[in-house]
Amino acid sequence: MLTLQCPYCGVQADETELSPGYEAHLKRFGPGSTPEEFESYMFARKNPKGVHFERWRHAYGCGKWFLAARDTNTLEVFGTYPAQSSAPPADLIAKIKQKRPDWEGYK
Amino acid sequence: MSTRLQKGGRLIDRSTRAEFTFNGRRLIGHAGDTLASALLANDQMLVGRSFKYHRPRGIVAAGPEEPNALVNLGRADRLEPNQRATTTELYAGLEAASQNHWPSLDFDIGVVNNYLARFLPAGFYYKTFIHPRAAWKHLFEPIIRQSAGLGSAPKETDADRYEFVYAFCDVLIIGGGIAGLQAALTAGQAGKRVILLEQTAHWGGRAVVDGDTVENESAEEWVTSAVDALKTMENVTLRNRCMGAGVYDHGYVLANERLADHTPGDGRPKQRVWRIRAGHIISATGAIERPLSFAGNDIPGVMLAASVRDYVVNYAVSPGDRTVVVTNNDDAYLTAITLVEAGLSVPVVLDARAQADGPLPSRARALGIRVETGRGIASVKGGKRVTGVQICLQAGEGAVMEEIACDAVAMSGGWSPVVHLWSHCGGKLIWSETLSAFVPDSARPPLNHDGSAMVSCVGAAAGVYDPADIIAGTDSDGAATAIVPVWMMPQGAPIGLRSKMWLDYQNDVKVSDVQLAAREGYESVEHTKRYTTLGMATDQGKLSNINGLAVLSQALGAEIPQVGTTTFRPPYTPVTIGALAGEARGEIFQPLRRTPMHDWHDQNGAYWEPVGLWRRPYCYPRAGETHDQAVQREVINTREKLGLLDASTLGKIIVKGPDAGRFLDMLYTNMMSNLAVGKCRYGLMCNEQGFLSDDGVVARIDEDTWLCHTTSGGADRIHGWMEDWLQCEWWDWKVYTANVTEQYAQVAVVGPNARKLLEKIGGMDVSKEALPFMQWADGSLGGFPVRVYRISFSGELSYEIAIPASHGAAFWDMLHREGAEFGAMPYGTECLHVLRAEKGFIMIGDETDGTVTPLDLGLGWAVSKKKADFLGKRGMERTYLADPERWKLVGLETLDGSVLSDGAYAVAPGTNENGQRNTEGRVTSTYYSPTLKKGIAMGLIKNGPDRMGEVVELNKVDGGTVKARIVDAVFFDKEGEKGNA
Ligand SMILES: [Zn+2]
Repeated sequence: MLTLQCPYCGVQADETELSPGYEAHLKRFGPGSTPEEFESYMFARKNPKGVHFERWRHAYGCGKWFLAARDTNTLEVFGTYPAQSSAPPADLIAKIKQKRPDWEGYK
Repeated sequence: MSTRLQKGGRLIDRSTRAEFTFNGRRLIGHAGDTLASALLANDQMLVGRSFKYHRPRGIVAAGPEEPNALVNLGRADRLEPNQRATTTELYAGLEAASQNHWPSLDFDIGVVNNYLARFLPAGFYYKTFIHPRAAWKHLFEPIIRQSAGLGSAPKETDADRYEFVYAFCDVLIIGGGIAGLQAALTAGQAGKRVILLEQTAHWGGRAVVDGDTVENESAEEWVTSAVDALKTMENVTLRNRCMGAGVYDHGYVLANERLADHTPGDGRPKQRVWRIRAGHIISATGAIERPLSFAGNDIPGVMLAASVRDYVVNYAVSPGDRTVVVTNNDDAYLTAITLVEAGLSVPVVLDARAQADGPLPSRARALGIRVETGRGIASVKGGKRVTGVQICLQAGEGAVMEEIACDAVAMSGGWSPVVHLWSHCGGKLIWSETLSAFVPDSARPPLNHDGSAMVSCVGAAAGVYDPADIIAGTDSDGAATAIVPVWMMPQGAPIGLRSKMWLDYQNDVKVSDVQLAAREGYESVEHTKRYTTLGMATDQGKLSNINGLAVLSQALGAEIPQVGTTTFRPPYTPVTIGALAGEARGEIFQPLRRTPMHDWHDQNGAYWEPVGLWRRPYCYPRAGETHDQAVQREVINTREKLGLLDASTLGKIIVKGPDAGRFLDMLYTNMMSNLAVGKCRYGLMCNEQGFLSDDGVVARIDEDTWLCHTTSGGADRIHGWMEDWLQCEWWDWKVYTANVTEQYAQVAVVGPNARKLLEKIGGMDVSKEALPFMQWADGSLGGFPVRVYRISFSGELSYEIAIPASHGAAFWDMLHREGAEFGAMPYGTECLHVLRAEKGFIMIGDETDGTVTPLDLGLGWAVSKKKADFLGKRGMERTYLADPERWKLVGLETLDGSVLSDGAYAVAPGTNENGQRNTEGRVTSTYYSPTLKKGIAMGLIKNGPDRMGEVVELNKVDGGTVKARIVDAVFFDKEGEKGNA
């Protein structure tokens, strides 16, 4: 059972306090977008074995959504950051690169 | 025979007798005994029958690895099946019964399976499941059902209670032997918050039994002072009788404490489940001795060598008068020495190794014990009890050199570190040639959230056996652990012997079965496990797994590390379901949401229906009424007079702020920003795929504020959905949301007399002119502060009245009191459904299932064409959702007036590629309409709205079809005059 630190209230929250929200940093495609764009938004998920950026909500805590970078294989958590971010913070990217030299990088 | 010795027994109190029964026979033990030691003290070696062949089974071990001595413990509401006698502490009045025998333990008819052994080989179930089918149904299954199964399941509600406790620590140590105690001392002295768990009632592990020396003290003295020191540390929590069951992600551990198993009915919870979050976990779980595979190794009286010592030293019980010791390592010599020093006879030690010159063999020889190296057991003699062994050369094919009479055999095939907790979360293993065992690979541990090692192993669990090494933190890998792997005895045993060598005692898996599986192509250890059922019994292969995979690897001609192990999964030993449920049973199984009027409903005969965590009245049956009759009465009364509905569960979400209108325009398919203050509007919400997700009436409260009603089940989900978009997509929009569902009670006052009642109560103008349909007003009624909405889910004249929750019950009471003269009656959810279906109103979850769009339901009028964007707009534009052939909402009326089956399909000509009948639609809601006195239904029919008047056929639950005409879904008051009144 995972723990993640909520970047808003600082709690090292147990998985039972959290709701998952799947992949982070998806770009929303609305009316006028091509079928390919809409498909990428709606259905195409990375699902890597390794570094993954994902959304979590501190649902039974402060109620805030936040984002987490996590290794889906080892369950190591590299960091969490506010949902109001359009891309992972640079220092987090650097930290992951250092820990996972083979990582292809974000995007 | 097995018997109680005159002297010794470090754990028993000879002055306290404990009377107990086994299969109804009265026996005597002592305080401190386990059930197993007490049975042995009474010469009860035979304790059960094996699963498949019903062979006699005796006690093999002295701890949780025991595969045979499983009993039904207690009776009636305290009956527990499959309890291990070796870990059951004896108490006065204990009742135990053996399992899997019929008609009796001594005479078992199922033993006939034993003679059919060659017809019940590995994969028997798989082979017979396939063919012949008839034989399975009429022959195999009845016989197997009659004779299979271990314990009997309890039939009564558990009389005991169980509880959870949550705990946090820096270091969690599992195992209270020398290694665990030393780890606790180190962490405790460093000021860490420490929890130390020990599964038995006693500290010290093997060292205190084996009389080891630790730091120049006897192990007993060292353990006593270590435990005393730990008890003085405030940062250390000690728990015995507490088994570390499983290690999960990020240092989460479940442990099971047997609080009152040994003192049943004393008022304490029987067991307590610990849910521990630990910074680091130290597994000091020791090692388990392995059996040796020789013919007849399952005959009662054949035991693990160290377990024999346990019985002699801890309980002063001798498993036999004459015990032959057979081994491939030095450790078993300690058993021979212990037996001889207790005055018992050891006719010979058979050592499979060519040489045995370590300190223990030398001590044994000095005591005059006969030691034969290079020898093994060709076969054990005996039926329900060992009578002797035949000796052979280990290197040979089993030619008998000598036969020795004995009544017990103590065997040791070496030790397997208990790596379960290390492995649960992915810790990897390596094969140690020196130890002939899998040990934790410290370079590949399971990881914690920060990437550090989550678990480490110490002591025997890490393959370190010498107390000096354990204390010093070294690993000398000394000669004392010298072992020669022996996976079969003798090495060249022919099939006759191999088919009598048991690997898994409980599930009856033999060496020959694993070899057969390998010949049949089962190369993966995971497949072999399932094919042969090796390691799938309640002991989960604690004794059998390593021996089994060694046999498999030899049969495959591969090395053991290449074959690998099966996956270790929690729990380490079985945990009773009651403990896992804890206090969550009966009324507090889950939280119950109550509306302010809940008690009134209860007192007035409500028949309850669960709606999410809420309970809502389904109907209010009167004396002599069926539920159907009650529903019909409620419908007619509401249509003709006055119905009162507790609608408090309706979701109520306030959306407020400068950008609230813009936000709701994105959320709903229709426009909400242009709703005038004081007005109400029905709205639809879709997910991004364009499928309908929720509906409800929105009221504009003031310039900046809207109140959104959601479905009863949807309030939390929709509030979460709003927050998701506000926090994660449009985070610069100035909008605030609050779920106020439970802050308000809500009552629907429905029917032709609704206005009369409110006018009688008085306090505000509820006339058609002052408060027309689809408007709301704040005011007071009968002195209560209210907000009145003119909205209707029934088609009747209807007021939905919101009132602060604290006034809900009193207001509801007043409506009934004052409404009596107008024929007021409460109505439940089923009446609500009939009323709405008569009007053709959709219900989320009935007409929708996550694949239905508003256009499918004829709700295109509520989907804005003006708005540039809203959630679901792009999804709806997908070509297949615009397909005119889609199933669309219509009404269905059977030609004979009957009620259609819920979920019935409209059948179409022909069959699909799977040979199934083609379909062209399905029923989504179906009821008997008391108003129209016939069955009415709504359904999704292929191209339905263009087929009005056509007759379709719908299937029935009991076969056949029924004809129904496609009609308008609005069955009643099509012009909507009643609601507008
Ligand atoms: Zn938080």
